[in-house]
Amino acid sequence: MLDILMGSVSLGLLWAVMTIGVFITYRVLDIADLTTEGSIAMGAAIAARGITMGLNPFLSTFLALLGGMAAGLATGLLHTRLKIPALLSGILTMIALWSVNLRIMGRANISLLRMNTVFTFLEKIGLQKTYASIILGFVFVGVLVVFLYWFFGTEIGSAIRATGNNPYMVRAQGINTDTTIILGLIISYGLIALSGALIAQNQSYSDIQMGTGSIVIGLASVIIGEVLFGSRNFMGRLISLVLGAITYRIIIALVLKLGMPANDLKLFTAITVALALSLPVFQKYLTPLKRSVKGVK
Amino acid sequence: MLRVENLIKVFYPGSVNEKVALDCVSLELREGDFVTLIGGNGAGKSTLLNCVAGVYNVDHGSIFVDDVEITNLPEYKRAAFLGGVFQDPMMGTASNMGIEENLALAYRRGQRRGLRWGVTQKERELYYQQLKRLELGLEDRLDHKVGLLSGGQRQALTLLMATLKKPKVLLLDEHTAALDPKTARKVLEITDQLIEKNNLTTMMVTHNMRDAIKHGNRLIMMHEGRIILDINGEEKKRLTVEDLLDRFGRASGEEFANDRALLSS
Repeated sequence: MLDILMGSVSLGLLWAVMTIGVFITYRVLDIADLTTEGSIAMGAAIAARGITMGLNPFLSTFLALLGGMAAGLATGLLHTRLKIPALLSGILTMIALWSVNLRIMGRANISLLRMNTVFTFLEKIGLQKTYASIILGFVFVGVLVVFLYWFFGTEIGSAIRATGNNPYMVRAQGINTDTTIILGLIISYGLIALSGALIAQNQSYSDIQMGTGSIVIGLASVIIGEVLFGSRNFMGRLISLVLGAITYRIIIALVLKLGMPANDLKLFTAITVALALSLPVFQKYLTPLKRSVKGVK
Repeated sequence: MLRVENLIKVFYPGSVNEKVALDCVSLELREGDFVTLIGGNGAGKSTLLNCVAGVYNVDHGSIFVDDVEITNLPEYKRAAFLGGVFQDPMMGTASNMGIEENLALAYRRGQRRGLRWGVTQKERELYYQQLKRLELGLEDRLDHKVGLLSGGQRQALTLLMATLKKPKVLLLDEHTAALDPKTARKVLEITDQLIEKNNLTTMMVTHNMRDAIKHGNRLIMMHEGRIILDINGEEKKRLTVEDLLDRFGRASGEEFANDRALLSS
């Protein structure tokens, strides 16, 4: 049981990086974005290629971050300068990244077994792999949460937050919303690719398919975090994302343990997200119902 | 201060719905002018304002602020010169953000934004004082989300945001039309107060004849995309609703047919 829990925490922390990225597009910029699937695989591809080429794993991970940021720039330019709807821009980049990722890796998958990864130095001092990944994941997530709390509190960060909320108002305050959208996408994609790089190193392989369904996992984590650990201030919201990502992993581990076939996992996740997203609709029906019940009493 | 020359704006050109919204409009606002702009539906008053603000591109003509041409500047660049409040109270503020965060975004209008903290303690003091003058009790709710405010409170806040950094021209587009009469009166009071205190050059679109006569030092009436009346000074002060209707009839050769304007006058 403890193993399952620790495994979920370690995986959850690495996916939390991606969850924060999804949060930035989905909640902060108010854009439903599908590039996630491509950028997570891109991060994995760049890190795996770098490591097998003998580059320092931290440098490879950093290059993955940069690669993701470039993908964000591409979607941002498609959306703002070429006026392609955000959803479609994301899909275009996602499709393009499939080929780009194959080119980066040179084949469909790369094994990182017995390679020097970011976790290796912790394992060398005698830590179990799960704990090495928890410690490193914790450091990455911690630094990220502090950095993003600071960034979204600055003048530029405030402008990005306002853009997703009311772009008309933002333009009226003399801010170019094209710039703020592109900046937001660059940060988001960078984080998602970073997450892909960490996940690939944790699972010891990179695969062209590994992004499939990741957007739904990201959304599920965002929503679970908001529903269970929701908070009003920004720091609280960032932390709720991390907890949401970990909780999602625990739920998945538990249902698998209870005997659900692994093949049904994506269906299960999709249904969970659909239910969570439709919560407001059900509440609309429930509230008058409650009221009328109270009225009768 | 604001100069508009031969502005032409046509919507849906070449189609059966073609509509000439602005038909060669020229206008000059002197510094400190407070112009009320009135006219029936489709007279072109909101179009004129939106063309100045940069929401619409013009088909012909030029717009200058302080002799700097802004005709082709995008909306966000014009914001350095212009402050605006529009009809929909939801438009002017970011509802998921706090009152102080909204004010802080407005306080930096026309400035380069960097990595300094978004709201400083010193500004908070300024916002507190400014909000206190509105007498809406908002000064004690600086960190409350704007989405929790009423339409009138949001419009008052938007007004403050538009004037926090003194604009060269303040544009008001029926900014009280979506409010109940009592709130509308209060917001107009605040409007007068802010304009007077900051000596702002203002253009205010209204459908209410009484408001158009009561406020400002100059009244302009539009009809079918043209300016048909431009009254100022002593003449404006003596103006009554009957005068205005009469002069509209003579200038346009029609009766003033706008239920909204008549009912509310």
